[in-house]
Formats: sequence, structure tokens, C-alpha cells
Amino acid sequence: MKNIKFIYSKTMLLTGLLFVITMSCERDTSVQSEFATLSKTGEIFTDSPIGLGSDFYFPYLGSKATAWSVDESEGYESYASMRFDVPNANDPEGSYAGGILRVDGSGRDLTEFDALTFWAKASQGVVVGGMGFGQDFGLDKYQVSETDVSFSTNWQKYVIPIPDPSKLFDERGMFWYSAGTQNTGGNGYTFWIDELKFEKLGTIGQPRPAIVNGQDLVQDAFAGIDLELTGLSQTFNLGNGFNKTVTVAPSYFDFSSSDPSLAFIDEYGIISVSNGTAVITASLAGVVAEGSLTVNTVGGFDVAPTPTRDSSDVISLFSDTYTDVPVEFFNGYWEPWQTTLSNDFVVNGNNMINYTNFNFVGNQFSDPTVDATGFSNLHININLPEVPSNLDLLITLKDFGPDQVDGGGDDTTQQVFFDGDDFVAGEWSTLEIPISLANKNNMGQIIYENVNGSSLTELYVDNIYFYRGN
Amino acid sequence: MNKINKHKMRIQILLLKSFVFASIFTITSCDTDETQTVANFTNLVMADEFDVEGAPNSEFWNLDIGTGFDGWGNNELQYYTDRPENVTVQNGLLVISALEEDFNGSSFTSAKLITKGKFSQAFGRFEARIKVPGGSGLWPAFWLLGENDDTDGWPQCGEIDIMEYRRKEPTKVSGSIHGPGYSGETSPQGQVTKSYDLGNARYDDDFHVFGIEWGYQYINYYVDGVLYNQITPSDVEVMPADIVYTLNDGVAATDETEAIDPTDVTGDWVFNKPFYIIINLAVGGDFPGSPASGETFPQNMLVDYVRVYKQ
Repeated sequence: MKNIKFIYSKTMLLTGLLFVITMSCERDTSVQSEFATLSKTGEIFTDSPIGLGSDFYFPYLGSKATAWSVDESEGYESYASMRFDVPNANDPEGSYAGGILRVDGSGRDLTEFDALTFWAKASQGVVVGGMGFGQDFGLDKYQVSETDVSFSTNWQKYVIPIPDPSKLFDERGMFWYSAGTQNTGGNGYTFWIDELKFEKLGTIGQPRPAIVNGQDLVQDAFAGIDLELTGLSQTFNLGNGFNKTVTVAPSYFDFSSSDPSLAFIDEYGIISVSNGTAVITASLAGVVAEGSLTVNTVGGFDVAPTPTRDSSDVISLFSDTYTDVPVEFFNGYWEPWQTTLSNDFVVNGNNMINYTNFNFVGNQFSDPTVDATGFSNLHININLPEVPSNLDLLITLKDFGPDQVDGGGDDTTQQVFFDGDDFVAGEWSTLEIPISLANKNNMGQIIYENVNGSSLTELYVDNIYFYRGN
Repeated sequence: MNKINKHKMRIQILLLKSFVFASIFTITSCDTDETQTVANFTNLVMADEFDVEGAPNSEFWNLDIGTGFDGWGNNELQYYTDRPENVTVQNGLLVISALEEDFNGSSFTSAKLITKGKFSQAFGRFEARIKVPGGSGLWPAFWLLGENDDTDGWPQCGEIDIMEYRRKEPTKVSGSIHGPGYSGETSPQGQVTKSYDLGNARYDDDFHVFGIEWGYQYINYYVDGVLYNQITPSDVEVMPADIVYTLNDGVAATDETEAIDPTDVTGDWVFNKPFYIIINLAVGGDFPGSPASGETFPQNMLVDYVRVYKQ
């Protein structure tokens, strides 16, 4: 509403008046239809937040919400900076610090800058998990991440290059960070950031983008699945002569497929595989990226039988048929003994859990726990590509008890064992497990375990839900 | 005769070794007048615009071949060839390409052009428009040597480095002189050098003009029309002829061990005589360090023109 031009010539003004007088019934759109000019401000925080509006700090789920503050006694060549208090790992208010700084209002035009820069120091020498820009809790379309950022106890300048500034013509995600205590034995610490801004340095050069971590990878895939292209990065040489590599969101790249009719890749790096063989390559701002992905289609993937029970009789954890309740994870990557990896995929719109390198893995749904009172069975579809003769698959159901957390002495479990007779290689089995737990009003976990050393390495899982029996 | 032989040994060992100390012994001379006009000499006497495709114009250029002695005195890694893969003129540019390949015992190849025996001149404006390569561990240079190098040896012949670059400092080039007593090998006086920092840009992004305007008792250095240094005899510290000077190994030199007559170690101004031109792209060596593992090759140094003017 403010973008009215005041530099009209008198002649135009007269003409305009004439129009108003003679054609006053016509709606004049010439002023209103001009594009709003986005702010080209680079500063984010100098001695105070710059142009961020009033509501700009958004902590991550599970992080300590009060970790971020403005410190009026510390600063880089000033008396104020942003202070980040990373909590101890056992802090009940949050086990880590993390969040985004997002412009409250219209995005900014950052196309004339080439880097996000800031000065930082910490209360101790520490390697912080990651930070960058382009996270807006929306599509995070142009996110850039630098991982393992090393802070010392003295102020130092940091540079996170923009892979392609022309993409950032309307960006709200000014800064994000995530800092835990993995490298400090669970002990909290503080770091300060000052002079946080987008800058035109002019000294960033030699762009070397990469996909698939710069490797030429050949991957087998089922027809109809969606694959995500990974290992996307951009390496620059900075003005200090050192190289800097950042992780880059897919939308910075221009992808191409040697045969889009066989494997089509979209701007989010999702490859839709139909059949045959196709090579995925990419470029970033006109520079060819190192690495490629050759997709070999290996026939179709038979999806699990579609559930038919009435949704009112079901509490679903994972299915495309029902609305799922909140699940914290389908793979907790439990250290240090778990080897199981996830290679989940989507086939013809059907989400599939795929565990590889399997030894054991857990699904957790304790926030909140599931009240399965009155639900007689747990339904799971499992498909084993290979069925070892000595297969011994243990599925454990765990009720977290009144404290509604894992452990604490009030948990109860039910163990169910399956052997080779329950599966046919490459086909879906339907497991309908009767729940024998006395209390099942705080169900929190399902654990899958390869016991007694069978050679089972891979399984597909779908349609995990509790249901009311007849 | 004997002395000349000794000198030749020194030449082989020390030739180019001068670059080593580019960043160690730095004598700046900002106090000399820097406000004068950049270039006054306009009588063009030699120009290669690199307009004829193929091998470099033999009217001006010879190609040094091989590895010299001890990597041209600097532990450089490349083998210089005259193959078109390493040096060619195309699209109006001289292209010197450093390649990573096994070649006669070296891991890299490249090229070095010299005008020795074909063109040399005392004084004048020497200028080239160059785009340096962007990779690590490379050492592109545009420089001059006194044409008496074979008879009098280095550093007595004198060396004028118009441009040296390394990716360790992507926004800087340096201009230097080396001579007796200020070769870079000796202390307290190192080579006389100064770097020019673009500040908000880097050299490997684009072409830049590197030049000197050189007259009796002075050499002016400029980049893209910006004068950034003037070197005169007053910048060269004169050392007494009987001084015991030490090499960088810390051992006091003697006439016997170092084969340089102490009378040469004087800080003489040796730039009032003809010099010839050298353009080369070295790989590795003491100045830039070795290329990073996984560095991309080939790496190209592009030269748009070389022009020499007289007053």
C-alpha cells in the first residue's frame, strides 16, 4: 500500500485527474498492481535484530525454547550479541538448542549477496552440530547447511556461501542452528553470534557442486517407486584460500535425466522410477555437478494388501489407508548395537518401510502413548525378500505404563516369535497379533529383532495398526 | 672459466628459488611516490596478441623443456613440454594447461615460454592480460630475467617478477625484484616485494592486466591501471662487501662454500640493462605448495596479450 510513486509529472497528474473526472466509474489498478519491492537488507543481527519483525525466533521441537537471547554484555566490537545457551543433555526443558530466525512478514531479496557471514565465539572450544540459512518451516526450499562448525573462545569470522544467489529473491529463512552436547559429554555451553548478515564478499569462487557425494552410483530400484537424490553439496574456495563445502537443498540444482520417461526427477530431487535405466545428472548455476545416479529398474514392487477394516475400529501407526497417530520414529537408530538402516520409499503413492542391514529396530509412539484398551490385535504386513531357514523374528510390544515413558520400572512387554513357516520369500505376510498385555492403555513401542543369528538382512513393513476384533 | 662453472651451478640451484621467500622477507616501499600516472610509455615495440591459432609465435617465444634442476630450484612438480596439450593458441588466447599425468617421471606437465635470444629490452612498459587458473598448488607467473643470466648467474643477472599468484591467497598477486644481496636466499635483506589485494574480488574469476613501467633506477608495478608499488635503489639495502652473510640454512657462507664472490653481495641495482620475458604455469613447489588431493585438472592459464612499450 505504500508503494505509490510520488514522482508523477504535472502533465500526468492532470491527465490522471481528467480520467478521474471523466471516467470515475472505472477502477484504477495501475498503482495497486505494481509488485511490492522486497527488502534488500542484508543485516540480520548487528547489535539488535534488524528488520525481523516481532515474532521471528522459532525453536525446534524438543529443544530448549529459552536457549536464544540477546546478551547486552558481550559482542564483537560492540556490547550486544545473540547468545545461545546450549543446555545439558538431561535438561528437562529440552536436551539441545536449536531453532530458526525467520522474517516476520515478507521475505527478503538476497540476490545481490554471496554469503551469510557472522562473528562467533563460545564459552569453550566446541564443534557445533550445524547452522545455515533457508529454513522457514515451510518448504525449506533453499536451505543451506554447514555441519560441524568449530567455535573457539575468541571471536572469529565465519562465512557460509550462497550456492546461487539468484534463487534467493524472496527468502524468509535468515538463519538456523542446531547445537547439542554430543561433543561435550552432555555438558552445556554457551556461544555468541554477532554481526550476522548476508554480504557481498566478491572473494568466493571456484564453485564445485556435487550430487551423490560426487560419486557415480548405480542403484537398483523397483518400478513405480520414488527415490530421493542425496549427497547434494557445493564447494567454494573462500577469500582466505580455504575450501568450504556446504550441504545444499535440491532446489538450487537443475537436474536432468537421460530419459525422463524412464526416471523423472523433480526440483526437489525426487526421482519417479518407471522402468528401464536412466542416468540422473545435475548442474548448479551453470556448473556441472560432480557425481551421477544411474537408476536400474528391477521390475515392479508388489504393495501390501490394502486394509479393509473400518477406520473406526483402527488406531493406525503406519498406513496409507488410515490417518496415522503421531509416531516419533520408525527407526530410532539405537546406538551402539543397532545396525539397521532405513531405505523407506514410496511406490505408486504407497509409503513403504524398508529396513536394511537388519539386526533390530524400533517404532516409538509415546508422545502421546497409544491407548489400545479395547483393541484386541496388532496388524502388521511384512515382506521378506529372502526367508532364511533358521528364521527367528521376534516382535515385542511394549506398554510404557503410567509414567508414559520408556523405562521407569512400570513397563510391560509382550513377545511374539515368527519363523520361516510364517513367510514366503518376496510375498506379503499378514500378521494379526493378539495383544495379551494386561494393561495396554500406554502402548509406546514395537521392536523388531532378528534373534538366534539367522541371515535375515532386509524386510519391508507396511500397515501397522491396532484394531478391534469381533 | 672455473668461476663461470661455479656460477652456473648456482644458477641451476637458485634460479627461481627466489620465489620461495615471496611472503617471508617483505620490504615494502609505500613511501615512494605512488600518486604518479600509472603508465607513460606508449611506443609499442613488441606485442603478441595471440591471434594465430596453434603453437606460440616462434618469432617471440622459445619453450623451456623438462624439469630444470631440482624442480627449477623450487621443488616444482611439473615437466614442461612443448606439446599442444600443454601450450597452444586458440580463440585469441595463449592457453597454458597444467595436466595431471605420468610423464618422464613427473606427475604433472605444463609449459614455460621465454623470449630469451628473441626479445629483450632495457626499460619499458611490460604488460600482459592474464586469467590465472583457479586450482590449488599452482604457480602462474609473468616475469623477467636479465639476459646476462648465463654469464653472470643468478641473482647477479637480476629478476623482475611482474605477477606471481597462488590460490592460498586468491585475492592477491605479488610483484618482486631479486638481485645480489636481496635474492630471497639471504638475510637480512630479502627480495623486494609487495602484493596487491583486490579486496572484494579474486584473480581467478576474470582477466586482469599486470604490468610494470620500468626506467632508469625505478620500477613501477600496476594491476588493472592501479599503481601499487615503486621500487628504486633506495629500497635495496646495500651490504658491505665484507659482510658474512648466511644462507637460509643458517650456515655462514664463505667464498669457498657458496661460490659467490663476496663483492657481489652488495645490494647492487642490476636493472639498468636488457631483460627477457618469461610466462609459465608451475605446479607445486615451495611457493604455492602441492595441489590438494582430488584437485581438478587440467588447469588453464589464459593470456590475452603481451605488450612491450618504450618511452
